[in-house]
Amino acid sequence: MSPAIIEFQNVVKSFGQQRVLDDVSVSFKSGKTTVIGGGSGQGKSVTLKLILGLLSPDSGQILVNGRDITRMKQRELNKIREKFGVLFQGSALLDSMTVFDNVALPLNERTKYKSQEIAQRVRQMLAQFNLEGHEDKFPAQLSGGMKKRVGLARALMLQPDIMLFDEPTTGLDPQITMDIYRLFFKSQKQFGYTSIIVSHDIPKVFNLADEVVLLNKGKMMTFSSPEDIPLSTEPEIVSFATETMGHIYSSRKMEHNI
Amino acid sequence: MISFITKLGDSFLYMVRDLGRMGLFLLSALLAIFSRPFRFRETVRQIQIIGANSFAVIFFISIFTGMVLGLQGYYTLRKFGSEGMLGSAVALSLIRELGPVLTALMVTGRAGSAMCAEIGIMRNSEQIDALECMVINPFRYLITPKFLATIISLPILTQFFNVIGIAGGYVAGVVLLGVNPGAFYDGIVQSVVNEDINLGIVKSFVFALLVVWICTGRGYFVHILRNAGFGAEGVSRATTQAVVLSSISVLIWDYLITAIML
Repeated sequence: MSPAIIEFQNVVKSFGQQRVLDDVSVSFKSGKTTVIGGGSGQGKSVTLKLILGLLSPDSGQILVNGRDITRMKQRELNKIREKFGVLFQGSALLDSMTVFDNVALPLNERTKYKSQEIAQRVRQMLAQFNLEGHEDKFPAQLSGGMKKRVGLARALMLQPDIMLFDEPTTGLDPQITMDIYRLFFKSQKQFGYTSIIVSHDIPKVFNLADEVVLLNKGKMMTFSSPEDIPLSTEPEIVSFATETMGHIYSSRKMEHNI
Repeated sequence: MISFITKLGDSFLYMVRDLGRMGLFLLSALLAIFSRPFRFRETVRQIQIIGANSFAVIFFISIFTGMVLGLQGYYTLRKFGSEGMLGSAVALSLIRELGPVLTALMVTGRAGSAMCAEIGIMRNSEQIDALECMVINPFRYLITPKFLATIISLPILTQFFNVIGIAGGYVAGVVLLGVNPGAFYDGIVQSVVNEDINLGIVKSFVFALLVVWICTGRGYFVHILRNAGFGAEGVSRATTQAVVLSSISVLIWDYLITAIML
């Protein structure tokens, strides 16, 4: 069994009166792909921001490689963040910079490579993501799918150990969604990263999952595979599964019941 | 009654938290000035945007401010038969008060609002989060060049304002109204001393810090500003807040510095 690379221990997070995460304990396994699913406003993106240390929990611990990031100083937290790559929901490309400069940004700021080497690495990465010829465009001149590809290329520039995807296919048409999923498989095979995907593109996104975590009313439930979701003893989870996944998995449930 | 007290207490606590946040923001921005790698080219670019590109506005405002001062000063001083003091009145008003204050207000309106909106949009579109995740200090990368550029540009623009304003006063007083040019010039030389110039310089540095701090800070915290709303509306309200707060702060600090250094 793969060791846990990220662990939530009794994490509570509220915004005003709304308790988004309620005493959540969950672990994300190294080398695996975990999909975090759930309805809108259930705290999926908050979970990612907690992992990144962009938000602090009200109580509880968040361990990354066994170290609690909630009690870390900024410098230590930055060391942890160096292990992460993030693809944001809106790609979060710096809109005053070209595609080339966006992808080159982590290398320019975090490495001592010479400009020629940076240019070569960036061109190589852009080619892998079918972005040749778009180097001089600005984010506003790109389609949604292209922005995601540039965001992914930028996130992978420093070869992170853990990739976090926040709604990687939201707002994309089915064809582009499939392209993004293909790129995900290809890049994960190449770079071997652990990935955590937050998405409501259910059930399609489950095709990527080794494990599924469902968020419902502040609680998280882990399933070792998407097929196990309808087998849950929680009526709300079963109802969620039926609503979002239809009857795809019902035969398994029937087998189980028999 | 209890509800009123609760709301009052809540607003007070919010204000204390906001002040604390803004204080830490200022500290982080000032500390980031010394962190490497320095963003020299970006700072120069910001000097162009905040300073050089504001020159045309400053030119027009200062020349007409100087001309109005010349005109009003002439009619006031004539009542006492002291038209010869016009140069002194125009120069002292500009160097001690109007130059630093009006330049700061113009820079707030022209560049401060733009800074706030730019950073606010970057916050809302997760660009600042992305920088943090890439372990790029957003203060060093985004805020510091704007801080340095404003602190360098505003005092220089203020000096341009003073010189052009005095020239405007000369045009109105000497060329149009017939004040003796020698008396105008002599009035300036006799009355303006180093303390006046120092006061103007100190004010312009303090105003620069206030303007850039408030404008970038409001943009940076656009996502947690109370009653600001979300998205474009939030940015628009934060920008309005930034301009209003900066302008009020400039006027309050103008009084305080004058009172301290007088």
